[in-house]
Amino acid sequence: MRYILKKVLSMVLTLFVVSLCVFLAFSLIPGDPVTRMFGTEATPELIAQYREKMGLNDPLLVRYFRWFTSFIQGDMGTSYDYKIPVAGMIAEKIPITLTLAIMSFVIMVLISIPLGIYIAKHENGIMDHIISILNQIIMSIPPFFSGILITFFFGVILRVFKPGGFVSYTKDFGAFIKYLILPAVAIALPKAAMATKLLRGSVIEEAGKDYTRTAYSRGNTTNAVLYLHVLKNAMIPVVTFMGMALADMVAGSIVIEQVFGIPGISRILLTSINNRDYPVVEAIIMGIAIMVLVINLLVDIIYRIIDPRIEVEE
Amino acid sequence: MEVILDVTDLHIEFHDHDKPETVVEDFDLMLEKGEIVGIVGESGSGKSMSALAIAGLLKRHALTKNGRIMFDGHDLLTCDRKILRSYQGDEISIIFQEPMTSLNPVKKIGWQVEESLRIHHKEIDKATRKKKAIEMMDAVGLREPEKVYDMYPHELSGGMRQRVMIAAAMIAEPRILIADEPTTALDVTIQAQIVDLLRKLNREKGTAIIFISHDLSLIRQLCQRVIVMQSGNIVETGNVEEIFRAPKMSYTRKLIAAIPQIDL
Repeated sequence: MRYILKKVLSMVLTLFVVSLCVFLAFSLIPGDPVTRMFGTEATPELIAQYREKMGLNDPLLVRYFRWFTSFIQGDMGTSYDYKIPVAGMIAEKIPITLTLAIMSFVIMVLISIPLGIYIAKHENGIMDHIISILNQIIMSIPPFFSGILITFFFGVILRVFKPGGFVSYTKDFGAFIKYLILPAVAIALPKAAMATKLLRGSVIEEAGKDYTRTAYSRGNTTNAVLYLHVLKNAMIPVVTFMGMALADMVAGSIVIEQVFGIPGISRILLTSINNRDYPVVEAIIMGIAIMVLVINLLVDIIYRIIDPRIEVEE
Repeated sequence: MEVILDVTDLHIEFHDHDKPETVVEDFDLMLEKGEIVGIVGESGSGKSMSALAIAGLLKRHALTKNGRIMFDGHDLLTCDRKILRSYQGDEISIIFQEPMTSLNPVKKIGWQVEESLRIHHKEIDKATRKKKAIEMMDAVGLREPEKVYDMYPHELSGGMRQRVMIAAAMIAEPRILIADEPTTALDVTIQAQIVDLLRKLNREKGTAIIFISHDLSLIRQLCQRVIVMQSGNIVETGNVEEIFRAPKMSYTRKLIAAIPQIDL
C-alpha cells in the first residue's frame, strides 16, 4: 500500500512538472495570441483590450496557476480558432485514440506472449529461426509504412475494408471496432515483434537458472517448470517493455490515424499546431502525459504483484 | 542390509568442445537403506556430476551417459522420463550448493516447500499439505514456520534458505537425499547446524543420504562410508575412520593433510 501511495505521489509531482513545462514553453514561444486572433484587423486598442480581458498582462506564474487550477477542474480554455471549449473538442476524440491504442496493445499481447513462449520452448528449431528472421524484418518497418502496405493489400486488393470508411463509435460500435483492427495491427506489429524477442530471451535465460533445476528435481514436467516457475520470472522485463510500448502506442496512433483517415486526436493536434491554437495543443499534450503517467502507474502496480522483491529494495 | 540404490560403471562424457571430455568414469556406488555415504574430491572430480546423474538432472544435450543407476527395479539412466519424474522429489531428493539461487524468487516459501506433495501426492488436501509443510519447516529448525510459510526467499538468510531447501526435499519423506555441497556457501556455524540437521533427519526418518563435499572433516562428522574421487575416477573407497587412519592413495593423504588442524 505504501508503495502504491508513493507511486501516486510521484505521479502527481511529475504531472505538475510536465504542466509547468508545457505552459512555459507555449508562453515563451514568440507570437502574441491576441495578434494572432485578429490578424490584420488588429488595432493597438483592440489588442490592449483583449490582453486585459484574457489576463495576459498578469505575471507568468499567476497565469500558470490560473491555467493549472482550471485545467484540473476540467476547464482547458477556449480554442482560439473555433471559439469553443477545448475540453468538449477533445472529449469526443479521446475515446477514438484511446480505443486504437488499447486495441493495439491487446493485439501485441495476444501475438507476443504465446509466440515468445513457443519459440523459447523450441529454441533453435525451424520455427524459432523463421520467426526470428520475420521479427527482425517487422521490427524495422515503421507503423506508418506497414499501415500503407496494409491499406493497399487489405483495402485495395482484398477489399476487406474500405480505406477512409471510418464509422464513429456513436453510430455503430461494431463497425467502429472493425475499422480500427487493421490500424491497430499496424501499430502493434513492430512492438509485438520486439516483445516476442524479449520474452523468448527472458524465458531462455530464466530456464537456465538454478531454481529451474530445483523445480525439475521435484518431479515437475517441462511444461510445469515453464508455466509454474519460469514464466512469472520471465515476464518481469516484458511487463516493463509492454508498459513503455503502450505509452508509445498512444503517441504512435497519431501517425496511424493520418494514414487510415481516423478522426482521432491527431487531426485536431496537427491543425492546432499549424494554426498555433495553443490551448488545444496544451490540452492534448497534457492529455497524452496523463495517459502515459497512468499507464506507468499501472505497470508499477502489476510489477509489484509479479515481483515480491520490489518493496524491499526501496 | 537392503540395497536401495545400485550405480555401476557410470560414465559421463561431454561433447560441447572439439574433443569429448570424460567427466565421470567407472563410478560405482551401492547405497544401503538409511546409510550416509560421503563423496569427496576437489572441484572437477566428477562428484557433482555423479550426483546430478542419480537425481536425473543431467541436461539432455551435449553429453553421453553409460552404465546403470538401478533404483526400485528401474535403470534411471534409460527409463521412461515419466518413471524418473515419479521418483524425483518423492523418493529421491536433492539439495544444492547455492541456497541463494536454488529457490524461485517470485514464489512463496510455503508453495515451494509443498511442491513435491502437490506433484506426487494429489490425494493430500490443501489444509493437510500446509500442516505438513509447517511441521517439516519446524523440524528443520525454521523459527516461526507459519510466518516463514508466507514469506519470499529474499526475506531469508542463506542458512534459512538452505533449511527451506531441506524441508522441501524432505517433505515427501524420500528414501534418498542427495546433498550436493549443501554447506559450502554458508558460514562455519551454520555449516555445523546443517550437518547436525542432516544427521537428525537420517536418524529420525531413516533417509539414506549421499553427502557430497570437498571437505573431508565434514564427511568424517557425518558419514560411515566415503568415496574419494579425482578427475572423474574413484580413487579410494571405504570406511571413513579407516581411510583417516590408513589412507591408501597419495591423493587421499593430500585431502586429509588439507584439513586445517587446531594446535593446542
